[in-house]
Amino acid sequence: MTYNLAISPDFKPELISGWFIFNTWLQRQLGEGVHLEIHQDFKEQHDAIDKGKVDLIYANPFDVSQLVRNHGFTPVAKPSAKPDEAIIACHAGAFTEVKDLPTNIKIAQTDTPDVNTIGMIMLEPADIDKTTVEILNCDNFVVVAKHLMRGEADVGFFLAESFNELSALVKKDLFPLVSSQIHMIHHAMLVSPNMAGQKDQLEKLFTAMSSDQSGQKILAEIGVSQFEPMSTEDAEFMIDLMDTLTT
Amino acid sequence: MQDMNPQDIVGDYTEHELTFHDGSSRKLLVTEEETPFPKGCLIVSRTDTTGVITHANQSFVLMSGYEKSDLIGEPHHILRHPDMPPAAFKDLWDTLQRREKWQGYVKNLRRDGGFYWVYATAIPNIRNGEVVGYTSVRREPSRKKVEECMALYPTLF
Repeated sequence: MTYNLAISPDFKPELISGWFIFNTWLQRQLGEGVHLEIHQDFKEQHDAIDKGKVDLIYANPFDVSQLVRNHGFTPVAKPSAKPDEAIIACHAGAFTEVKDLPTNIKIAQTDTPDVNTIGMIMLEPADIDKTTVEILNCDNFVVVAKHLMRGEADVGFFLAESFNELSALVKKDLFPLVSSQIHMIHHAMLVSPNMAGQKDQLEKLFTAMSSDQSGQKILAEIGVSQFEPMSTEDAEFMIDLMDTLTT
Repeated sequence: MQDMNPQDIVGDYTEHELTFHDGSSRKLLVTEEETPFPKGCLIVSRTDTTGVITHANQSFVLMSGYEKSDLIGEPHHILRHPDMPPAAFKDLWDTLQRREKWQGYVKNLRRDGGFYWVYATAIPNIRNGEVVGYTSVRREPSRKKVEECMALYPTLF
């Protein structure tokens, strides 16, 4: 039997080869076929989940709720010390504080759901909400930065990690207005009911990766320092937290 | 719950006696000192089904002014400010009892007698069909909404 592994479409493009290495390692460990499916966007991934074509997924925290509560997925592991935090940035010199923003701003954003949710929450103190803004959809965070630099958007939503990795040349033209410090929202590795029988084995494999050199190398290739176990209650806690943020 | 301690209070204060839904009461010492909400943070806490705090994140600890160990095991109304109308909390509990999400603007009381405004969301934690507790997440509020509440809340007593 061949299982399907999906990676949240918000992964950094330069890590794609790392995920293929991870997939090869996983097949060897399980002695089973695992097909790595790279979905182009969240809609494509959600369609695949709805059709039962995902058995193991490294999921965006925003999707964990749907996966656990509607599709019966079980949490396996989470990356250590790798929370998803968001940054709202503008063109350097345009604004200095969120409270100074007009309500009718244009926002450049990707389709990364947790970053967009946190971003909108951080605009609430300025009385800005979905009804007052214009959205400029972008393929990735570099494109978000370009729109800000060209003055085509007032603010942009970034995954903090991605913002921090922009080149110095780009960053000097941008100004981070606010950075989230939530610490409790993170990606998670989940298994479908179809693969639930492998959950314990997967947890052992993932959490042991950081204890040997070859495992550490693979983890580095996917931008994770180590995996730690994630209980159902850990997932439920994060789902409850996300639930409070979605309206 | 213990009365507030004058030694903890920073600045001039007024005294209030607050009686809670469970019949208990507490002497409050209140100042006019506002602490701004920390940018980009969320204040997160969980309670059991009776409203006793079981989890508090670092932002909760920081903004409340208490030690974490002082918060765990205390009723969530340790934060209750006398300017908050009781009707707001009745609505909160009625909403949670219906297993629905509650949202509202809340003025919270700090250990030092000061206050901070939040936009609060509370939801029931449902596990295997049973409510096992509640999660409350507070975020930075719109100043305009806070000003509206400052005008409205005194009329609700």
